[in-house]
Amino acid sequence: MKLDHSQPLEYSSEQGRLNILGFWIFIGAEVMLFGTLFASYFTLEGRHGSGPSGAEIFEIAPVLFETILLLTSSFTVGLAIHAMRLNNKKAMMTFFIITLVLGLAFLSVEIYEFTHYIHEGAGLTVSAFSSALLTTLGTHGLHVTLGLFWGIFILIQVAKRGFTPETANKSFIFSLYWHFLDVVWIFIFSFIYLKGMM
Amino acid sequence: MEFFERFAIPHPSPIIYASMVAIGITLLAIIAGLTFFKKWGYLWREWLTTVDHKRIGIMYLISALLMLFRGGVDALMMRAQLATPEAQLLDSQHYNEIFTTHGVVMIIFMAMAFIIALMNFVVPLQIGARDVAFPRLNALSFWLYFMGAMLFNLSFVIGGSPSSGWTSYFPLAGNEFSPSVGTNYYMIAIQIAGIGTLITGINFIVTILKMRAPGMKLMKMPMFTWSALITNLIITFAFPVLTVALAMGTMDRLFGTQFFTTGNGGMDMLWANLFWVWGHPEVYILVLPAFGIYSEIISTFAKRNLYGYKSMVASMVIISLLSFVVWVHHFFTMGQGAMVNSIFSITTMAIAVPTGIKIFNWLFTLYKGSIRFTVPMMYSLGFLPIFTIGGVTGVMLGMSAADYQYHNTMFLVAHFHLVIIPGVVFAMLAGLTYWWPKMFGFMLNERIGKWAFWFISVGTCVAFFPMFISGLDGQARRMYTYSESTGFGFWNMLSFVGAVALAIGFIIIVYNIYYSTRYASRDIGSDPWDARSLEWATHTPVPEYNFATIPEVDSSEAFWDSKYNGHKLFKGKLKEIHMPNNSGVPFIMSALFFVLGFSFIFSIWIGVIVSLLGICACLMHRSFEKDHGRHISLEEVEKTESELRGGK
Ligand code: HEM
Ligand SMILES: [Cu+2]
Repeated sequence: MKLDHSQPLEYSSEQGRLNILGFWIFIGAEVMLFGTLFASYFTLEGRHGSGPSGAEIFEIAPVLFETILLLTSSFTVGLAIHAMRLNNKKAMMTFFIITLVLGLAFLSVEIYEFTHYIHEGAGLTVSAFSSALLTTLGTHGLHVTLGLFWGIFILIQVAKRGFTPETANKSFIFSLYWHFLDVVWIFIFSFIYLKGMM
Repeated sequence: MEFFERFAIPHPSPIIYASMVAIGITLLAIIAGLTFFKKWGYLWREWLTTVDHKRIGIMYLISALLMLFRGGVDALMMRAQLATPEAQLLDSQHYNEIFTTHGVVMIIFMAMAFIIALMNFVVPLQIGARDVAFPRLNALSFWLYFMGAMLFNLSFVIGGSPSSGWTSYFPLAGNEFSPSVGTNYYMIAIQIAGIGTLITGINFIVTILKMRAPGMKLMKMPMFTWSALITNLIITFAFPVLTVALAMGTMDRLFGTQFFTTGNGGMDMLWANLFWVWGHPEVYILVLPAFGIYSEIISTFAKRNLYGYKSMVASMVIISLLSFVVWVHHFFTMGQGAMVNSIFSITTMAIAVPTGIKIFNWLFTLYKGSIRFTVPMMYSLGFLPIFTIGGVTGVMLGMSAADYQYHNTMFLVAHFHLVIIPGVVFAMLAGLTYWWPKMFGFMLNERIGKWAFWFISVGTCVAFFPMFISGLDGQARRMYTYSESTGFGFWNMLSFVGAVALAIGFIIIVYNIYYSTRYASRDIGSDPWDARSLEWATHTPVPEYNFATIPEVDSSEAFWDSKYNGHKLFKGKLKEIHMPNNSGVPFIMSALFFVLGFSFIFSIWIGVIVSLLGICACLMHRSFEKDHGRHISLEEVEKTESELRGGK
């Protein structure tokens, strides 16, 4: 395999470069996916039928907590990639583990939040609003869940194989994914929660 | 017993029972045949696990032809039912099922597969690459599409077909009015195939952006590659919308969500909007590659370079952007108000401008060209006038005020068939005939091919022109019968005759394939059409690595220049070649998707869980696998090359 050593490890192989571009395009598709979910949510936002509306069920505390958890995890995954560029395996793995733990914590709060909504009478089948809300949040949560498994796989590979063009490439792409989920969350936070509570 | 009742056909007929038997017998025959001729190993090694873009292209092609047959039989049944007033061939429920499956099969499983087949086979060759960027994902794309198609077709014999139209509007498609599992099939089979298509989109964008031969700048790409690039961009941005819409529809039907319901805040028009936000770009996904094919064929057989290369590219870019902002023209009558309708009328009519530019570019390419009337060229020449008529009637439909008259009549049906058939079907047949020698090493018989062309083109006109008239007279689409006194009888009989002519045309093509396989000369060299782009610069049959040395290019017609203007394509020395390994995972994973889809359709939750776990295991396997591909040694490359050169 031809390697280009003037580039960071994750960009050093031809396949690695293709993977990164492919992933960016995939993120483009994901933007459309979440864009469609948002558009549907905004269309259905006020249509809560006999069920509760957003203002009646949203709570700022857990949402703020989730936001902090996810934003921090986005920061730590950045640190992990930075450590990888410095070829510091131990630091990289530590930050990676912190990222995943924060992701897990985020997910736990989100599950709490969901049970709260169902408790308040905004289950999946209650109204167009509740269906759209839980589906949009759920799609994001599902992405985080998949990311957790994927991150664990990558972590194991880095531990076993060290930094190779492949593991570096995978870690880097994972970080792109994780940042993207963060961006989506910021949209959710601003336009679903804050706007909904106002 | 109760468990099995769900698999019964709610509204059976002798045709369905006969199909069950036929499918059973065919399956048994395939299994017996493979076993008898000891071909299981061959099938697995050479096809089911292949990641070679050429073989994947051929598998897409075969599937598309199969689906063309299925969709064609549906069409003939519909035309036969409507040929005479108050016919009894089909009852209303069966008629509904058949127009639904006809639309879905033709658009999603036939036309999409056909264009992806040609893209797969041709694009890497045209850009001088050894494969696509992600060969393994390419195999996954195909198998997901294939499993989706099989799942959809299964609805005919297990559980009942969908019957709410290929547009599947809610609330008709909701549980209340479509209680059978048919619409579940629709939602889930299309979802699975759609994911495959989305992956294709990403794969080809990267391939075209990153893997072109040295010297091939973007503005030096062959026009078919350009059209493929733009098409895949549209795919990547349009398909996620469909993914979400189908997921919501599935949840409404299976989990009782309220997206498209009529109570509790649900909004049925949300489905229509989402569907067409995907659906209109989709028609351009189909027709842009066709434009690319025509560009190649017209310049080859007019022996001139393509007129207006830059404006061809620009018009495709404009079409792709506009295609996302016209969707409302599919439901002008649904009460958006005059303002919204007017805006979408204007954007809709605007699309005719770049399309017109392309038509003129083709005409100018033909002008003063030395034209060879080969079969691919005849389809291209037939396309120009018929497509123009289809397009002009599209502009008529695009005027929102007038559309109140045309909407949902046979006039609309005439419009879209007269754009899709010359636009897509002719292009596919032209492309198939044109690239056939590269795929299979012999040419299709020209004389028989011309017979087929005349049947198909005249058949198209006879089948669809009468619908303009009966449509303006008020014949509604999707009605299973009409009374004598309406006076529609004559026009529908004419349509039936045209449909039969079309069918005869396709039978002639099948005969042509058989005839040419038996009798055509195998000694045709690697460039039988005297063509212009890189796919003709390599041997026939194409070796698995496509090009022994990567070509170097400095114009959009590099191969032509190498033949006539002394340009040297292959400068490098032979070296060992790196190729990707075969893999069974895409096939297995897609088979699991089939099980997953089937379990969803029938709400068999244990099946859902098991297949989901299996899919996760496949993903995990892929993550941990170390796959560095394999090398074809220098000696082997030299041996293959000298054999292929000797074979010429
Ligand atoms: C000049 C360009 C075109 C214009 C202005 C145009 C306009 C329209 C309009 C306004 C409708 C909706 C009419 C109604 O429902 O009353 C329509 C339907 C349709 N068009 Fe076009 N069209 C154009 C080109 C095409 C092309 C190139 C294709 C496909 C390759 C296509 C495929 C369709 C299909 C499939 C439908 C019907 C969908 C359905 O309701 O089942 N059109 N077109
Ligand atoms: Cu349209």
